[in-house]
Amino acid sequence: MKRMTKVLSMMCAGLLAASVFAGCGGSSKKASDTIKVGADIELTGGSASYGKSAQNAIKLAFDQVNAKGGVLGKKMELVVADNKSEAAEATNAMQKLVAQDKVVAVIGPNLSSAVIASTAVNTGAKVLVISPMGTNPQVTVGKDGKTKDFMFRACFIDPFQGTVMAAFAKNTLKAQKVALLIDNSSDYSKGLAQFFEIAFANGGGTIVAKESYLQKDTDFKATLTKIKATNPDMIYVPGYYQEVGMIVKQARDIGITVPMAGGDGWDSSKLPEIAGKTSLNNTFFSSLYSAEDDSKLNKDFVAAYKKAYNQKPDVFAALAYDSAMLVVNAIKTANSTDTVKIKDALAKTAGFNGVAGSVTFDDQHNPVKSAFIIEFKEGAQTFRTKINP
Amino acid sequence: MDMGSFAQQFAQQLINGISLGSIYALIALGYTMIYGIIKLINFAHGDIYMLGAYMGFVATTMLGLSFVPALIFAMVAAGIAGIIIERVAYRPMRNAPRIAILITAIGVSFFLEYGMILIATPQPRTFPPIFEATIYKFYGLIVNSQQILILVISLVLMAGLTYIVNKTKVGKAMRAVSFDADAARLMGINIDRIISMTFALGSSLAAAAGVLVGVYYNSIDPLMGMMPGLKAFIAAVLGGIGIIPGAMLGGVIMGIVEAMVSGFFSSTFRDAAAFGILILILLYRPSGILGKNIKEKV
Repeated sequence: MKRMTKVLSMMCAGLLAASVFAGCGGSSKKASDTIKVGADIELTGGSASYGKSAQNAIKLAFDQVNAKGGVLGKKMELVVADNKSEAAEATNAMQKLVAQDKVVAVIGPNLSSAVIASTAVNTGAKVLVISPMGTNPQVTVGKDGKTKDFMFRACFIDPFQGTVMAAFAKNTLKAQKVALLIDNSSDYSKGLAQFFEIAFANGGGTIVAKESYLQKDTDFKATLTKIKATNPDMIYVPGYYQEVGMIVKQARDIGITVPMAGGDGWDSSKLPEIAGKTSLNNTFFSSLYSAEDDSKLNKDFVAAYKKAYNQKPDVFAALAYDSAMLVVNAIKTANSTDTVKIKDALAKTAGFNGVAGSVTFDDQHNPVKSAFIIEFKEGAQTFRTKINP
Repeated sequence: MDMGSFAQQFAQQLINGISLGSIYALIALGYTMIYGIIKLINFAHGDIYMLGAYMGFVATTMLGLSFVPALIFAMVAAGIAGIIIERVAYRPMRNAPRIAILITAIGVSFFLEYGMILIATPQPRTFPPIFEATIYKFYGLIVNSQQILILVISLVLMAGLTYIVNKTKVGKAMRAVSFDADAARLMGINIDRIISMTFALGSSLAAAAGVLVGVYYNSIDPLMGMMPGLKAFIAAVLGGIGIIPGAMLGGVIMGIVEAMVSGFFSSTFRDAAAFGILILILLYRPSGILGKNIKEKV
């Protein structure tokens, strides 16, 4: 019995070794005519919808590139690894992509925590990672304030939305006096408000009131009455949809008719239910993407995406598509499949035209890029304008 | 800010405060009645208010009832829930030390909160627009129809309660039990039934508050009862716990104080002000505004 086990285990080991060699042989043969790019994305778990959109979009991007003859005479090949929406699994997936599949670049994860967790793996292997939606500043910048060499993102960081909305308030809504209503229990809200305040004041506007609330508050009438007395031209509420819905409703209830605006925390189908469709008229929020943007590039993308998957691309699809195209662009510019050269080329990207607006990387590997302003009309999100930096 | 606009601000905040205060008053009534009759701070009372809001939600969305039938449905359902809670959780503890019943009440509170999360998920629900808000303006002040609705319904319910307690046989029995339970029993009053009645009445008032809040704020969730429950408790203590008019007064004062603090200082101090009132009242007038200082019999 014992001997049999031994024989069996030796056979197993032999088989394993054979499969490993076979794997190596296969990939080295294939490597000659394809360029492999990895996707470390959320195909299962709590954020599975993010990963699904990303996978669809990257696949579409590479199919389009390949149909036009590929890059450097080779075809783009996508290798997908599921990170199960978890930081630990993201690290395993990254390990597999860089060590086993030998990809030249990785797209994903979307979750900031997952990107941060897997940073050491791809940095050790000198392979760049571009996260389509990792908004946490620490994705690209370490605690010491130094830029992480191999880390990029395709989205703007949260506080940038405040800057964008300040420009919109000043230039489009012609607001001079703005009141801020901040969710004091959220760093996101405070960050947006801070950047809004700086940009709006620099543009010559005045902040006439600065009030705050806490998550789970339900009565805002007293605070809104106070704000109303300062006669603002606009109220900036960079919170989440739950409280924002009640704030907008109660503001309209007490006769505040001026525009109200916020960030992408407003982006929820629940908002029109809570606030009421008519109350939401004359409100705006900033977003990374709108499928209704009428640039030719975006129209083509939306049409192709709809044709391939029979649905409208969401923000995750758009940013993943841009990430894929940024990588392709970097490989072309580098004119090489050397991972470090691709990284250097990506860092120098300037004026790249994506479906979610133009991209230029700053020295912290954050894209300086366009933002979209969405307006609510009778409860429906409609594209209002695109603001370029 | 000139004087005119200050007065206007003040009046507007008063309106905001009174509508918020009526809600606190309705919840505080249940606290005070239950305390009056069995000397129990029913910490599950805020969750009965939540239960009432959900019953109203069920009535309007699933059963398709309009506002008044939905309000009555929620009040009846919560009244029954109140009776069951008393029967299952508090009656077996009737002779246990007070601290044991208090802890049981906290247990019931958690049971209701997390039981509702299990059934209805923690996601907030939005009430269907069964009572549209129309805005009325006069002398620069703004009142909307929902605020008037809250005030009118609260007043009607409080008047009804006062009538029941003071003019009916059940009310007389309640007062008797509250005054001296043993003597009441000797007089042939069925104490258990009277206590059940008290829980039913108190719970249905909280449920009415829940439905009104659902209509007013348009959003309900399983943990919505925590804060208003505590605030209503403070209102009951402020007015003098065990005293029915005291609960109404305390509720309205709490609402006005909160509106004034948010309106003239900062909304982040609002809760601090509410709990500050509790500390002050316990330090300087523990029997509450309307309470008489009666020495407890030992």
